[in-house]
Amino acid sequence: MSAADDAGAAVTVRGPARWQGARLSWGWLGTVPFFAFAILFLIAPTAYLVVGAFQDATGAFTLDNLAGLFSPDIVAAYRISIEVSVASAGLGAVIGFFLAYAIVHGGLPGWIRPTIVTFSGVASNFAGIPLAFAFLATLGRLGLVTLFLRDTFGINIYRMGFNVVSFWGLTVTYMYFQIPLMVLIIVPALDGLKREWREAALILGATKRQYWTNVALPVLLPSLLGCFLLLFANAFGAVATAYALTGSSLNIVPILLYAQIRGDVLYNPNLGYALAFGMILITGCSNLLYIVLRMRAERWQR
Amino acid sequence: MSFVEIEGVGKSFGPNAVLKDFNLTIAKGEFISLLGPSGCGKTTMLRIIAGFESATTGRVRIGGEDVTRLPPNKRHIGMVFQAYALFPNLSVFDNVAFGLKVAGQGKAEIARRVMELLELIKLPDLAHRYPYQLSGGQQQRVALARALAPSPRVLLLDEPLSALDAKIRVSLREEIRSLQRELGITTIFVTHDQEEALSMSDRIVVMNAGCAEQIGTPFEIYNHPRSRFVASFVGTLNALDGVAVGEGVAAIDGQTVAVPGLAASPSAEQFTLALRPESVSLSPRPEATNRLNGTIEDVSFLGSVVRIRLRIGGSTLLFDTFNNPASPPPPRGANATVHFAPGDLQVLESGPVVLPEAAE
Amino acid sequence: MKGSRLGPTIVILVAAAYFLLPLMATFEFSLSMIRGVWSFEAYRVVFADPEFRHTFTFSVVAAVAAILLGALLVVPTAYWVRLRFPRLRSVVEFITLLPLVIPPIVLVFGYIRMYNSSSLVPLTATAGGTNVLLVLGYVTLSLPYMYRAVDTGMGAIDIRTLTEAGESLGASRGRILATVILPNVRAAVLSGAFLTFAIVIGEFVLASLLNRPAFGPYLALIGTNRAYEPSALAMIAFAVTWACMVLMQSLGARPAHKARQRR
Repeated sequence: MSAADDAGAAVTVRGPARWQGARLSWGWLGTVPFFAFAILFLIAPTAYLVVGAFQDATGAFTLDNLAGLFSPDIVAAYRISIEVSVASAGLGAVIGFFLAYAIVHGGLPGWIRPTIVTFSGVASNFAGIPLAFAFLATLGRLGLVTLFLRDTFGINIYRMGFNVVSFWGLTVTYMYFQIPLMVLIIVPALDGLKREWREAALILGATKRQYWTNVALPVLLPSLLGCFLLLFANAFGAVATAYALTGSSLNIVPILLYAQIRGDVLYNPNLGYALAFGMILITGCSNLLYIVLRMRAERWQR
Repeated sequence: MSFVEIEGVGKSFGPNAVLKDFNLTIAKGEFISLLGPSGCGKTTMLRIIAGFESATTGRVRIGGEDVTRLPPNKRHIGMVFQAYALFPNLSVFDNVAFGLKVAGQGKAEIARRVMELLELIKLPDLAHRYPYQLSGGQQQRVALARALAPSPRVLLLDEPLSALDAKIRVSLREEIRSLQRELGITTIFVTHDQEEALSMSDRIVVMNAGCAEQIGTPFEIYNHPRSRFVASFVGTLNALDGVAVGEGVAAIDGQTVAVPGLAASPSAEQFTLALRPESVSLSPRPEATNRLNGTIEDVSFLGSVVRIRLRIGGSTLLFDTFNNPASPPPPRGANATVHFAPGDLQVLESGPVVLPEAAE
Repeated sequence: MKGSRLGPTIVILVAAAYFLLPLMATFEFSLSMIRGVWSFEAYRVVFADPEFRHTFTFSVVAAVAAILLGALLVVPTAYWVRLRFPRLRSVVEFITLLPLVIPPIVLVFGYIRMYNSSSLVPLTATAGGTNVLLVLGYVTLSLPYMYRAVDTGMGAIDIRTLTEAGESLGASRGRILATVILPNVRAAVLSGAFLTFAIVIGEFVLASLLNRPAFGPYLALIGTNRAYEPSALAMIAFAVTWACMVLMQSLGARPAHKARQRR
């Protein structure tokens, strides 16, 4: 064995020993702060509510709280919440998709795409109370658009049944952050549609329509569904916008839970936990599905 | 008989012309390569034939039919892309079946044809795999099968091998060539790799700056390059500076060599002589009557071959000798004499000066 | 392709109308406090309100505290996990994404129950404790964005080689993290910080349910009591969000560009 071989062997022995041996026993300490934080301020508080949802006032196991969720008021709240979330996520996803398609494949001037992407970054984070103020100033009873339609075209949207403090008012408002969010997450997927796929389809004799139905839409479908689910969860958990826009006139779950936390309006703290548990269940399922679909989409994009 | 006719095709993007007056006729069943460095316009030409780009001037005919204004999906052309471009959402079977399905063929007929093609590319067991489950070489063979499935009139190959590993590249290029011969399909192959072009083609079009520099068989292109560009791009070229000293005689670094066909020039005209490395040897041969003396600058041992760089005045001459276990290669700094036949020297037309190093 | 530009153009114009009209309406409304003329009176009133200054300052301080604490938590964790426990990376990533799954209102509900005055850790018993809880809540909310930004930033540099290079020169791990890794992911940390700022500054649910005098609850209060000031406040909030996003994107673009050059 030569000297060079000796040196090589020494290095390979020392390497792993240093990385996995002596130091490993204390290395886990470096992750303690993060996991401690996650347990104390993320997992434990959530678990507390989940456990509480299955307990009665004395702490004994019960399913009464979950059964209590099926009282007409609470069912109605979940229903309106789901309807608003589905409507704002569905419309947001469809419109956001067309907008993203227009800026990615529309052949428009180069400055349009970065402008819209930047604006989407702003608008998707412009939620909460200021957004409610903006829509009150726009579509409220004395809003700019309301007055403009009334004075110029004689169309009184409020007499036609519209109210910004209603299902459609909330949906239209939510779309102000839903559409940009859709744009931000679907643009990379649209960029992933390779030009060669379209060209390969065309040269094989397919029409543009056949390309879309056989290749482009199936490739995009996991991303589209995933985005819809993300938007759904996003709308479902939103409180501030709805609170500032409608006060408590629209009976949606987050508002109901807000009132419950403030003043136990359900007269049963454990029913409040069940309400929260229901929310976690719904947002959790849609997010889980989103992750599954995104993994599927990424597998294809390789 | 010409099957594909390209007549005066030009293409400009704004002020810059990427193709200038390109003319080519291709016989039925012929394998033609468009060879050139990136940006020479070869891919643009292929995309014009496919119909993805429209020619600014000129026309393209296939089988006598003018297809210049025809959309790509009406041209009955097959194409294989550099990055495979298999549809990720479809299985191997459905990818190959795609062209047949959109043509409205019956299910049984499609299944028969797809399996026939999968047999042809030797992947019949992978019909139900998805593209992401295949290796690069397998994907490219499936892409080939997909392009061939609808029995296209012409097959276009856009650098189909350049994304693959070196080993697979060599085996696949033989496979493509034998498949092409078997099917007798007219094929246009775009590449920047001279080895691929030389080994596969019936004829090669060497392209430079939007123009066809030379069109010919691999043998002609390699042995009789018409310009310095062609000579330097195809193979390894030794460019030697020479001065004409008489009819059929030139001087390189003061040493006279016979150059057949060189006209006598009274003004001692400077020109460039090309010499292939493989025509030079250290040992004398009867037909190698030209000799040059020089100093050995570098010796690289490459295994079966030893590559030697010889300095002759202002020029360097690179040449190979076979490894011989009985005699070690000459040392650096030694003087050496090389021998070559007068017919191996090629007088180059004056063209754009491209050094072989720069072209590699 | 030229004929197909009509559709995209219409889509862009309709979207522009939907997104710009509310901003125009809000701006117009905010200028019309004095009847008959356009003025910045609503803004003057807002800025003159001591409550505005107090709550805004409170939220800025809370946001900065949350950013610092978040960076202190996320940067070493992302570094350590990438360097030593690559297998834990997916677990850590999953945990950091949880705040997107669990609605903030549920989270704060859990806080109130777990840290109330009769619990083991009675954080909500004192104002100071509640402030700490609020900041920790904001750290939680910002976790997905902060971790993602920092982890991507670390992916762009080869932290293992940098660490080994630092060690071969005799530096300790802590020193390497502070003097080698941190400067290299500074842009990523800052871009996460601006996003956190944008989210936290007008946050309503946590602050309101923890009864803290933050900007979000102040907005809600003004919304129910005043006519023109809310519009002025909405414009101010929009401007703050815009500034944060522009700063974030201008920072986010740079490391990506550098990484491309290096390759």
